[in-house]
Amino acid sequence: MKSETLATILFLAFVALTLVITFYASRQTKTAADYYAGGRSFSGVQNGLAIGGDYMSAASFLGIAGIIALSGYDGFLYSIGFLVAWLVALLLVAELMRNSGKFTMADVLAFRMSPRPVRTAAGVSTITVSIFYLLAQMVGAGALVGLLLGITSPAGKAWTIVGVGALMIVYVVFGGMKGTTWVQIVKAVLLMTGAALITLLVLGHYGFNLSSLLGDAAAQSGKNGQFLIPGLKYGTEAQGLAGKIDLISLGLALVLGTAGLPHILIRFYTVPTAKDARKSVLWGIGIIGTFYLLTLVLGFGAAALVGGKAIAASDKAGNTAAPLLAKAIGETFLGTTGGTILLALIGAVAFATILAVVAGLTLASSSSFSHDLYAHVFKRGKATEREEVLVARVSAFVIGAVAIGLGILAQGQNVAFLVALAFAVAASGNLPAILYSLFWKRFNTAGATSAIYGGLISALVLVIFSPVVSGSETALFKTAAFDWFPLSNPGIISIPLGFIFGWLGTIMSKEYNAAKYAEIEVRSLTGVGAEKAVDH
Amino acid sequence: MTTREHDASVYEEVQQSSEFQELKNRFRRWTFPMTAAFLVWYLLYVVLSGWARDFMGIKLLGNINVALVFGLLQFVSTFWIAWAYSRHAEKKLDPIADKLRHEVEEKTQ
Repeated sequence: MKSETLATILFLAFVALTLVITFYASRQTKTAADYYAGGRSFSGVQNGLAIGGDYMSAASFLGIAGIIALSGYDGFLYSIGFLVAWLVALLLVAELMRNSGKFTMADVLAFRMSPRPVRTAAGVSTITVSIFYLLAQMVGAGALVGLLLGITSPAGKAWTIVGVGALMIVYVVFGGMKGTTWVQIVKAVLLMTGAALITLLVLGHYGFNLSSLLGDAAAQSGKNGQFLIPGLKYGTEAQGLAGKIDLISLGLALVLGTAGLPHILIRFYTVPTAKDARKSVLWGIGIIGTFYLLTLVLGFGAAALVGGKAIAASDKAGNTAAPLLAKAIGETFLGTTGGTILLALIGAVAFATILAVVAGLTLASSSSFSHDLYAHVFKRGKATEREEVLVARVSAFVIGAVAIGLGILAQGQNVAFLVALAFAVAASGNLPAILYSLFWKRFNTAGATSAIYGGLISALVLVIFSPVVSGSETALFKTAAFDWFPLSNPGIISIPLGFIFGWLGTIMSKEYNAAKYAEIEVRSLTGVGAEKAVDH
Repeated sequence: MTTREHDASVYEEVQQSSEFQELKNRFRRWTFPMTAAFLVWYLLYVVLSGWARDFMGIKLLGNINVALVFGLLQFVSTFWIAWAYSRHAEKKLDPIADKLRHEVEEKTQ
């Protein structure tokens, strides 16, 4: 049997299992709390796995392994920002949000401010961030199918995007948060198992001697000693000072963006109490940290056993490094059949990964559309629960359809920068608004809207005029050149701007409500009146 | 039940109480400096990765160099801070938070 066939069979088994889960979840999804927050009935461990499932995208699995395989140490550097970021979520955001919010990020902001302007801003930002992230994943799915299943025609790739999009719509529309969370859990277990298996085989091959693996990787990469130190991809010596500042800018966006990503924030509402939210982030950190340690071995293993040249020949960005490694290590240990089986396994896991992440993003954006924009802005809080859930389902369908359309249009474009951009927007707009709202007494409506719009617009404007959009070989528009901003990552400017806008907006407005701040402060720290789990 | 309808003055009363102030101080005195510390520690790592590549390339054991050890230390510190925070929260924060929650919920029912 060819590995493409086997991969397809394994993937279809995953789809069948998740559809069964979605069916059962749909029968238990009745109220708004069910649809948006899975009835708040997941345990800390379950939600911790789901956090891992939501967070470990194909960009981190295939992407980081690929960067390590081609550029060595820099891929590892990239993954560390993604991990450390979780401490911001754990120490400052997760529990307090669980205690003071209900379904969306905007709930926390709207608590003590004028609800309509704040929910509009938070809704716009949530949908923008999620669509960017979603688009990057959809285009990635199209590219991946070509590499893994040998489908290379544009029509074949377009159909893959349609298929991924259709499944994601089914999970979200029918399963709501409950179905989506279970999809994340299954995916996280599969991904961890697959990555751990390949890692063990690679380490076993090198007699569990990390040093000899590194030595082999450096030798086979074609980059020698440079391969094991920073600087082959980010802030290269050729890019000079701007490149190095860009590296810091990227690091800031990664480390501060996670705690402002809407699809991550809504995960904290799926557990019964703030203590469970804490526990789920602890599990999330354990799982995500372990996973990035595994990708370190996968990346260096691919460089050592497949070789830099072969990886670059298969895909310039290195996205096939992990699958190629699976094939190579399988053949080493178990012959041709072993190679076929492991390649198929990793291919199927990669698809499961994409599906789970896009489902989480669609859920976050449709929740915000329905709960923030429809129910509270258009209907001024007078929508019934039934209406709200119906609108959430319809908007999940529409957002899914838009993502499919954009994904097909953007095929073949270099949209990898969209993930970093989503992190930058989350860090520049959402994070200042959330932190000020939880910790600053004086903060008010004008401050919240200034922080969100100010951070969002600064990040977007800087990226539009950066080398990723025009004026370089790898840009979106190669022939035009309006790249007056020298950095690819706007974070180092836009994150401070978001905080400054939030501060300025606040002090320029007279609005100040001490009683409401007392309420959110007491509620966020003690859990008084926090939303309870739903009994079925 | 939800407390949205509750008399807002209850919250101001609790907020002013010495117990709540103690809870708030214990929370902020731990998490704020720790956040500053891990951000500085992470930025130091990124800055050295950009500007001190010779230092990062020093080999310590076989092919294992400073860069790899520094990176792995970021994992260690992240795991350690997460664990330490959960200990701190369980011992120093949860008991006061639980007590205050019960008190407020009794008062407002």
